[in-house]
Amino acid sequence: MTAPVVSLAAVSKRYGRGADALLALDQVSLAVHKGEFVCLLGASGCGKSTLLSLVAGLDEISGGTLDIDGRRVSLMFQEAALFPWLTVSGNVELALRLRGVGRAERRRRAAELLDVVRLTGFADKRPHELSGGMRQRVALARSLAQDADVLLMDEPFGALDAMTRDILHDELERIWREQNLTVLFVTHNVREAVRLGDRVVLLSSRPGRVISDFEVGHPRPRRIDSAEVAELAATITDRLRAEVSRHAH
Amino acid sequence: MPTDAPAAPAAPAAAERNAAADRVTGLDALELGGATDRERLAARFWRSAWPKLLAVAIVIAAWQAVVLAELKPAYVLPGPAEVFDELGAIVTTGEFWDAVRLTMTRAVIGFLLAVVIGTVVGAAVATFAPLRAAIGSLITGLQTMPSIIWFPLAILLFQLSESAIMFVVIIGAAPSVANGLISGIDYVPRTWLRVGQVLGMRGIARYRHLILPASLPSFVSGLKQGWAFSWRSLMAGELLVIVPGALSIGVRLQSARELNEAALLIAWIIVVLLIGILIDVLFNAADNNLRRRWGLKQP
Ligand SMILES: Nc1ncnc2c1ncn2[C@@H]1O[C@H](COP(=O)(O)OP(=O)(O)OP(=O)(O)O)[C@@H](O)[C@H]1O
Ligand SMILES: [Mg+2]
Repeated sequence: MTAPVVSLAAVSKRYGRGADALLALDQVSLAVHKGEFVCLLGASGCGKSTLLSLVAGLDEISGGTLDIDGRRVSLMFQEAALFPWLTVSGNVELALRLRGVGRAERRRRAAELLDVVRLTGFADKRPHELSGGMRQRVALARSLAQDADVLLMDEPFGALDAMTRDILHDELERIWREQNLTVLFVTHNVREAVRLGDRVVLLSSRPGRVISDFEVGHPRPRRIDSAEVAELAATITDRLRAEVSRHAH
Repeated sequence: MPTDAPAAPAAPAAAERNAAADRVTGLDALELGGATDRERLAARFWRSAWPKLLAVAIVIAAWQAVVLAELKPAYVLPGPAEVFDELGAIVTTGEFWDAVRLTMTRAVIGFLLAVVIGTVVGAAVATFAPLRAAIGSLITGLQTMPSIIWFPLAILLFQLSESAIMFVVIIGAAPSVANGLISGIDYVPRTWLRVGQVLGMRGIARYRHLILPASLPSFVSGLKQGWAFSWRSLMAGELLVIVPGALSIGVRLQSARELNEAALLIAWIIVVLLIGILIDVLFNAADNNLRRRWGLKQP
């Protein structure tokens, strides 16, 4: 197998120091290979967002080693967090501008990326004029504009309704393929993880540790309401339940 | 046929691709809903204008009622008809427009200086923590000071001059401008800051592309409040600091009182009120425009 694009070896993360210190991640080891789609599941507060911000370089690790071997890492959140003072195209162009891309090339490339997320014709709209799902697609285009080939997604579809989410799964899968992305995707939704992931990684409750790593063998495209997805989701849910009840004692 | 062979399996895939595209655009169209018809301009104007017109009518009626009740003699409190006659007469004179021009020039220059000073101080305080600890609360303290307090000092420092008036106008307006900018910078949403980090914004670029645009709504409120303070300070200044030869609105007011011309005096008060309302309308238009573009307000 090729060398991993993202590799964490015994990574720990501690917030604060002394008696008040909070251990958010405890010796997490995880390897994500080129072109892989890995979903990360775990109870609330187990450190999933923390893990992503470490990989994105927004925060320092407290222990272990973290290696990234990608062109660029981008991070998407539950809210699209587009800038309201810019148009849709302007938001995408800003990412290009910050990379030093020239004006004419920015305009052209932004249009191209809006085509990729199927928002042709919305370039001059303001973010608030779009629906939640459309805004997330703009955020995706903005991440692609960073020339990112490693995409970290923190519950990106958590605030969307089921139908929109279903369609965005198809879209994300297509773009992941077309753009040769490596994706690390955090979710609370077990079925979503099985629908999308090549692998589903489970974190324990705080402090987060990797407790299991499921290979999802089912052929793509999968449907979130299919029997195979439901079956594996049930197995994973049982495993999560066992982990949560461990905390009762 | 050999030429058909590769095309056959591709066709369903292409069909599925198109179907997927249709699903996405179809959902977008549904979620955006039908665009609501824009209300006609005239209708919108009327909707916002009639309550104001009604209010003006009520005030004038009440005024007329007080005059008719003869609580005060007519030479002290003239009726609306007389005052509006006086107003109609003075607006055709050159002296009227000279007075308005002089006062507005002072107001605009004083306000702009206050904006420059307030912005520089606000940006510095928001950026450097020790500076904030040192003068952050001083700025809020200054903001609550009645501007009239400053005139004795201003006159001592600058005698009866334009500088004395400017000093008070600036000290009245600059703290509001600074505070508007400071709170704008302080309350930039956390997710935007995170996005800025993800996009690799640092130093100047971070200010230019994130912090400054994000603090714009709060800055505009600060400007609006700053204007209100500077206008009040200016009116007080024109009544207290009579600069020889400068026939401003304040001077005209004073001389109307000295000559016991009540109708003229009230006419000038109405002029001051109208200027205040006009500028407020301009600020509100800028503010509403910003909010509409940002989607902070339903159109
Ligand atoms: N900047 C911080 N300072 C201190 N503690 C923090 C910080 N960020 C996160 N934590 C703590 O670290 C733990 C893990 O937080 P994190 O946000 O990574 O969890 P999560 O798995 O993403 O949770 P959720 O599913 O609710 O999004 C939590 O207990 C949280 O309170
Ligand atoms: Mg989280």
